[in-house]
Amino acid sequence: MDNLSYYIQQLLTGVSVGGQYALIAIGYTMVYGILRLINFAHGDIFMAAGFFMVYASASLPLYISIPLVLLLTVILGVSVERIAYKPLRQAPRMSIMISAIGVSYLLQNFATYYTGGLPRSYPTIPFISEIITIGTVTTSWITLLTPVLTLALVIGLVALIKYTKMGMAMRAVSKDFETAQLMGIKINNIISITFIIGSFLAGVGSILFFTKYPTVLPTIGAMPGLKAFVAAVFGGIGSIPGAVVGAFVIGICENIIKAMGYTTFSDAFTFVLLILVLIVRPSGLFGEKSTEKV
Amino acid sequence: MKKLLALVAVLAMALAICTACGDDNKTGGNADNQQGSGNKTITIGIYEPASGENGPGGKQEVLGVKYAHSLQPTVEINGETYDIKLQEVDNQSDTTKAVSAAQNLVAANVSVVLGSYGSGVAIAGGPYFEQAQIPAIGISCTNPQVTEGNDYYFRVCFLDPFQGTVMANFAKDEMKAETAFVITQLGDDYSAGLGTYFKQAFEGLGGTVLEAQFQTGETDFNAILTNVLNSDADVIFAPSSIQTAPLLIQQARQMGITMPILAGDTWENESIITNAGQYATEVYLSTFFDENDTSNPAASEFVTGFKAWLNADPQNLTNNGGGDGVAAVSALAFDAYNVAIEAIKSANSTVGADIRNALPGVDYTGVTGSITFNETGDANKDMAYVKTIDVENGNFKFLKTQSVGE
Repeated sequence: MDNLSYYIQQLLTGVSVGGQYALIAIGYTMVYGILRLINFAHGDIFMAAGFFMVYASASLPLYISIPLVLLLTVILGVSVERIAYKPLRQAPRMSIMISAIGVSYLLQNFATYYTGGLPRSYPTIPFISEIITIGTVTTSWITLLTPVLTLALVIGLVALIKYTKMGMAMRAVSKDFETAQLMGIKINNIISITFIIGSFLAGVGSILFFTKYPTVLPTIGAMPGLKAFVAAVFGGIGSIPGAVVGAFVIGICENIIKAMGYTTFSDAFTFVLLILVLIVRPSGLFGEKSTEKV
Repeated sequence: MKKLLALVAVLAMALAICTACGDDNKTGGNADNQQGSGNKTITIGIYEPASGENGPGGKQEVLGVKYAHSLQPTVEINGETYDIKLQEVDNQSDTTKAVSAAQNLVAANVSVVLGSYGSGVAIAGGPYFEQAQIPAIGISCTNPQVTEGNDYYFRVCFLDPFQGTVMANFAKDEMKAETAFVITQLGDDYSAGLGTYFKQAFEGLGGTVLEAQFQTGETDFNAILTNVLNSDADVIFAPSSIQTAPLLIQQARQMGITMPILAGDTWENESIITNAGQYATEVYLSTFFDENDTSNPAASEFVTGFKAWLNADPQNLTNNGGGDGVAAVSALAFDAYNVAIEAIKSANSTVGADIRNALPGVDYTGVTGSITFNETGDANKDMAYVKTIDVENGNFKFLKTQSVGE
C-alpha cells in the first residue's frame, strides 16, 4: 500500500467534489445577497442544464452544443426569476421562498414527465474525460480541471463585482434595496444579471459534474443543490469567497469521512455542520454581521 | 401586464396537467379500448417504479405485464367474461412515496397487485395490501422480508439468500477470489440484504470480506474505490440500483481497478450498458432467465412474440432501454400476470381474499420454469443464470446456470 498516493487520490477527489459544490453554491449565495431569497430551484436548473446537453449533443457537434446549453440554462434561470419571483417582489419573503420550492418541483416533475424518468447518458466530452496517471495516482483530467476552473471563474467574478460599475450596482442593491432604487439603479436589470451569472455557473458546474458522473436523472440536482446550500451558509450566505471556501471544506471533509469507512455519517456531518454554524456563528465564516436597518 | 403574465403561467400549467392526464389514459389504453364490449371488468394493479433509481427496471416489468395482457385480455369467472383492466401506479423507487402509491391501488379497488421492482418498496407497500386483503405477486423483489409475515405477498422469483450464495460460489470457484469487497447502499433493503447473504456465504467458503456503504443518491464512489484499490481484494460485489451501477463501474475502471465487479439481478438492464459504455468490462451478475435458452419451448415462443411486440412500438423500445433484448424481469412479469390469471380462474371470484386462497394451489409452468408457492408464498426456484456484459455488442452474454445444493 502506497500511503502517499492513497492520500493524494482521496484529497484530489475531495477537492474535485468541492469545486462542483462551489459552482452551485455561488448561485445560491449571489441570489441571497441581492434578493434575500434562497433560490431552491437552483439545483434543478443545474439538472435541467444536464438534460439540455443530452438533447443538444444528440444532434449538434460539441462546439455548438456547449455554448447553446449555457445559453439555454441562462434563459431558463432568468425566466424562472421573471415568472415566479418578480411578481412577488413586494410580497412577504416567505411567499417567494414557497414559490421557489414550487418551481423546483415543477422542473423536477416536468423533467420526469418529459424524459420518462429513465436515466440518460451524458455525452463524452473528449480530452477532459480522458484518464491520466501522475506517478502512482490515476485520475481523469476533469478531476484536476474542476478546482482550477472553479477558482478562475470565482476570481473573475469577484473582480467583476469589485471593479466594474455593474458590480458596484450589485453591491449597492445588496446593501439596501430601496435606496439603490431611489439612486437610479435599475434593480430589475441587476437582478437579471445576478440570475444570468448564477445560472451560467450552474451550467458550467453541470458540464463538469456530468462529465464525471455521466448519468442524468430528474432528481439528480437535489443532493448537490442541498450540499451547495449548506456550503453557502457555512461560508456566510451572501459572500462569494465564503461559498467557495465552504464548498471545498465540505467536499474534502465528506470524502475523508467516506474514505475512513463512516459513510453513514457523511451526510450527517454536512448537516450537523449546518446546525453548528447556525448556532455558533449565524452569519457564517465570511458573512457580514447583520446590522438592523432602521 | 402582471395579471396577463400570471394568466399565461396558469394556463401553461393547466395545459401541462392536461397533457399529463392525456398520457395516463394512453398508457392504460389497452384496457380502456375494450370497455366498449359491455363486459364486466376486473382490475389488476401494477405497483412498479416508473421513475427514481429503479425506474428502468420497473418499466421492463410493466412491459412484460402489458405483453401478457395483450395476449390474454379477458378472464372467465363463473361463466362470465371479464375484461382485465390494468391500473398502473408509480412508486418512484422510494419507500416513503411507495406507501401512497400502494394506497392509491387499494383505493382503486384492484383485485390483485403485481410488483414491485425493488424489495424496499415492496416491503413498504406490503402491509397496505395485506390490510386491504389484496394479494400481491412480487415479480423480482428478492429480499426474504417481502413475503415473511405477510400472508398476502407472493413472488415468482428466487430469494436473496440463494442469490447471495450463487454469487459467492461464482466468485470463489470461477474468479478464484480470496477477498471480496462488498459495497452496499445504506438503508436499501435489497442492497444491504443481498450484501449480507453474499458475505455469509463467501466467508462460509473460507473467503475474507471487506465492506463499505454509500448513501442513497450518491454519485461519487471514488473514496470507496480508492480503498478498494489499496486493499488486497480480488473481486467487488456491489448489489445496487440501476442508477448506481454505471457510475460505480465507470469510476472503478477510470481509477485503474481491473478486478471483476459482481452484482445481483438489478444489474440486468440495458441502460447500464449504454451509460457505462466502454468501461463495462468484467461485470458479472445473476438473474432469472436467459432469452437464448432454447430448452423451454414456452420461453422461445415468449421471446419471439415479445420481441415482435417491442419492435412494433418505439415507445416500448425506449422503455426497454433502447434495444429489443429480453430482460429477465420482463419474462418474470409475464409469468406473474399469468399466475394471477390462473389464481383468478381457480378462485372463480374477483374478491382479493378468494384469489389469495387460490394462489398456494396454483401450479403454473411459465417461461421462467415451473411456479409453485411454498408456505411463505415464495416460488420454489433453485436455479440462477449468471451473465456478463458484452461491451462490443452492447448486450448481456449468458455464461452459465448455477444452482446450489442445500
